Amino acid sequence: MLDHNTTLSIFAKLDALAGGLFLLSAFGMVAMRQVLAYLNLFALQSVLLASSAFVLGYQYESNHLIAVAGITLVVKAVLITWLLRRTIDREVYARREISQALNIPSSLLIAMVLTIIVYFVSSPLLSFASDPTIKFNLPIGMAGLLIGAYVVTVRREAVPQVIGILSMENGAFFAGISIASSLPLIAELAAAFDVLIIALVMGLLTRRIHERVGTTAVGKMVSLREE
Amino acid sequence: MVDRIVFNIIQVLVVMTFAPLIKGVLNKLKEIIQSKRGPSIFQPYRDLWKLFHKDEVVSEQSSWIFRVTPYIVFVTPIFVTLLIPVLTGYPLFFAFMGDMLGGGFILALGGFFATLAAVDTANPYGPVGASRTRMVGFLAEPVFMIVFFTVSFIAGSTIPYIVQKQWVTPLANFFDPSHILLMLAFLMLIIAESGRIPVDNPSGHFELAMIDESKGLEYSGRAAALMKWGGAMKFFVLLCIFLNVLVTPWGLAQTEALSDVLLAIPLILVKMFGFILVLVVIESSLAKLRLFRITEFLGAAFITSMAAMITRLLEM
Repeated sequence: MLDHNTTLSIFAKLDALAGGLFLLSAFGMVAMRQVLAYLNLFALQSVLLASSAFVLGYQYESNHLIAVAGITLVVKAVLITWLLRRTIDREVYARREISQALNIPSSLLIAMVLTIIVYFVSSPLLSFASDPTIKFNLPIGMAGLLIGAYVVTVRREAVPQVIGILSMENGAFFAGISIASSLPLIAELAAAFDVLIIALVMGLLTRRIHERVGTTAVGKMVSLREE
Repeated sequence: MVDRIVFNIIQVLVVMTFAPLIKGVLNKLKEIIQSKRGPSIFQPYRDLWKLFHKDEVVSEQSSWIFRVTPYIVFVTPIFVTLLIPVLTGYPLFFAFMGDMLGGGFILALGGFFATLAAVDTANPYGPVGASRTRMVGFLAEPVFMIVFFTVSFIAGSTIPYIVQKQWVTPLANFFDPSHILLMLAFLMLIIAESGRIPVDNPSGHFELAMIDESKGLEYSGRAAALMKWGGAMKFFVLLCIFLNVLVTPWGLAQTEALSDVLLAIPLILVKMFGFILVLVVIESSLAKLRLFRITEFLGAAFITSMAAMITRLLEM
């Protein structure tokens, strides 16, 4: 048990810390009620993703990962949150209680079960991993992905669903930076701008829904056109 | 050997002496944040003094439980003090008599009797508060268990003196994700367990909204003083566990010299002052939760502790 203390460097610890808080922020997305708090939590999660990328980049002296950290910080933590704030009506953010298909404690327990499933699914993969950082980033990223998908399923409002999709992307990135650290920078850039455009399109769509129907509770919409 | 018994007694005296002071400083800081002047930080001592000199009224309807409870509430934190590091970084005479779970059980015993005593009198508010306290207690229990088990799992021991060394040898262990998450979960537990603001309002005077306070409503005179003092000591002991075992295991006496042990007293008070500042900010910036939202608050604490356990498993 004392063995790992010597093998894990301080960088691996910091990366693991970012991972632990990343997981916590994913759980927070399940538990949040306010739309605005949701958005802030997404920004926080993106900052954690960027810091993990930065720590990994510093550890392996890879400028490329540090660039990824910078791109994530600018695009996700700043631009996307700003875009979603701008495109969607302020009334949506002022609302407090947003509805969920399940109540929050049971949602949290389901998210917990998802995380434990991820642990068991990823542990055979991890036996091939040479790097200690993969041990954190891969399962936590996968858990972030699954919890994001769960949030999209269970929320009935448009904005939390959008943020859920974006947090799924965050989870995929979190796993990606450790296992495919030599991906060409152009691919990362393209992915980042894709996400930006997706956020813009979804934000505008939500705005249109809000203007036309007067609500963003997409869970209640059952038919394509109201006669 | 004699030294260690003496140090143990010094620990108990420190807890007894400074527990009301911590309450007083906390109240004063809270009032200052609300831009009021607030009572003196020595007010809790004066309250105790006053209560000890007042007559005691005991309901004829009550049983022996009502009369015995103040002493149990007063004595249980003292027993826990014998088990945990308050001033010294090395195990004292009673340290191996019980581990952290034992301490938890002893504290729970005091809470159990306080609940019984609240139901014992025919006061209508007592049972309401008691059943609410039990609800919070039931919800906090799994978190306590997971936190303790994760801590012992990491440190390989359940004795608090051994656990506290784990976080700083080497220092990188302090940044362990499981450590940080455990700190968060335990902070939420302390808030729930000591009836602080997101869960309960300790300065509220509206009986229907009370959770923790209404249990002691029936007590007067010496019994009320013992209940208050015991409550303050329980808070002090919880803070000691949180600060000395989990968050800041520095500043404890490492040698057996008496001067070192005495020097540790101001250090622990400084640490507590720092923590109280954080607590006051939390209390002043949040509103009290509705009763059925407490489930969510403690659910969040549970998830945090489980996340700590999972990150620990990933590390293996």
